[in-house]
Amino acid sequence: MNAALALVVRDLRLALRTPAETLTILAFFVIAATLFAFGIGPEPQALARVATGIVWVVALLACLISLDRLFQSEADDGSLDQLVLAPASLELLVLAKCLAQWLTTALPLIVVSPIVATMLQLPAQGYATLLLTLLLGTPSLSLFGAIGAALSVGARKGGALLALIVLPLYIPVLIFAVAAVEAQIAGLSPRPHLFLLAGFGVFALTITPFAAAAALRQASE
Amino acid sequence: MNWHRYASPANFKRLSDRLMPWTAGGAAVFLAIGVWTGLFASPADYQQGETVRIMYVHVPAAWMSMFVYANLAVAGAAALVWRHPLAEVAGRAIAPVGAAFTFLCLVTGSLWGKPMWGTWWVWDARLTSVLILFFVYLAYMALNSAFDEPERGARASAVLALVGAINLPIIKFSVDWWNTLHQPASITRLDAPAVDPSMLVPLFAMAVGFTFFFLAVALVRIRAELLERRLEALRHARVAGSTIVERA
Amino acid sequence: MAAFLDMGGYAAFVWPAWILSAVVVASIAMTSVRRLKSLERELAEVENGRGERP
Repeated sequence: MNAALALVVRDLRLALRTPAETLTILAFFVIAATLFAFGIGPEPQALARVATGIVWVVALLACLISLDRLFQSEADDGSLDQLVLAPASLELLVLAKCLAQWLTTALPLIVVSPIVATMLQLPAQGYATLLLTLLLGTPSLSLFGAIGAALSVGARKGGALLALIVLPLYIPVLIFAVAAVEAQIAGLSPRPHLFLLAGFGVFALTITPFAAAAALRQASE
Repeated sequence: MNWHRYASPANFKRLSDRLMPWTAGGAAVFLAIGVWTGLFASPADYQQGETVRIMYVHVPAAWMSMFVYANLAVAGAAALVWRHPLAEVAGRAIAPVGAAFTFLCLVTGSLWGKPMWGTWWVWDARLTSVLILFFVYLAYMALNSAFDEPERGARASAVLALVGAINLPIIKFSVDWWNTLHQPASITRLDAPAVDPSMLVPLFAMAVGFTFFFLAVALVRIRAELLERRLEALRHARVAGSTIVERA
Repeated sequence: MAAFLDMGGYAAFVWPAWILSAVVVASIAMTSVRRLKSLERELAEVENGRGERP
């Protein structure tokens, strides 16, 4: 347990010492969202209709970009073997890596998302639900992303391969999150979708430690 | 029964030689019956007209896409738990076949949807989850061949196959859990099937034919994978041997 | 025969579905068998010592 906490603290320190990485992801998030505004055109109605989807898709891609180095940097400098051989359970350490990744990437994205949503003319009733879906859904992104990152450690075609593995797993999160916000905007109850989103998060939390740990073990052989 | 025996290429060759006439023959017979009854000797549906004949390739292809994936997941589990070389190559061998059946399912479904629903594609739960299945097959194949050592690719993609298995129940129940355009299962209901018997003959003939076809092709492809591994090993040994000779 | 080919006016949907299925199934079988044959040949060459040195 302590080893896991120490790993979280180490990763957070690392991120604070080099904030450029987090800032780059944030910049990507904002710029990519603006691209959609240019692509669709400035009419407020048109933008409002797709705002939720854009915020979610771009947040998802930003998350994906940050995952590329989740375990690869450890594999490169050899500390991955230490993680695998450490007396602490690798499953717990994987969760610690996910938590650190979520805190350094997803949380800043969530903080910035209302600004992006405003630029995209999201209807006022949607904001609270959008934030709620991001809070409920991004942990699943980090968790499933960790599986993909662990699987593609040492692979020949890193980035595109990671996207190919992870994006299919992200689709349900995207569907339920956007459906919740759309329901709220339409005056319906978003709760069924939020429950599905939370249930999916629980599923991700259950399988990720084992799947990612298994992947890391065979990667460090 | 000692399955490790069949891991050696020679033994597996003997096994597949013995099974091949039955699987290939079964595929030929049942597919012939399926094509004959499906195209000629079955009535048009009173609602869907002649388009119902698309069902005889669409539904069996859909079943196969899930059946092959289930095999992929089982092979993945075997590869991870027992490190069985046969399980490792089996996944690599059958994944493209499963992807092909999923592709067929999607395209024939699209060709059926256009005259019946008036659209090539809808984003309903059944279609979306089958599309995700297709993506997972693609990811599996990409991951499997992304490493320099084939064993690593086999085990990494085995983990992915197990994670992706969650999609199978979602596909199965998507028509019950969500209200969709896609019709619910009418064959595998517990009470009497809602399909006319004259339509069940081509449907099951095609399904059994596809299954035999899959088995026959899987035997051939697994044999090829085993040979490929053996070839690689021989070449490595030869390179190592020749450097030793040069040094001496 | 013409009525059969017409498929009740749905020829443009029924025939592509069946023909594509036939093409996909046949090409899987052909490529799989061909690959096995070529690997068997290659392996025989390497094992007989006549194989090229990579």
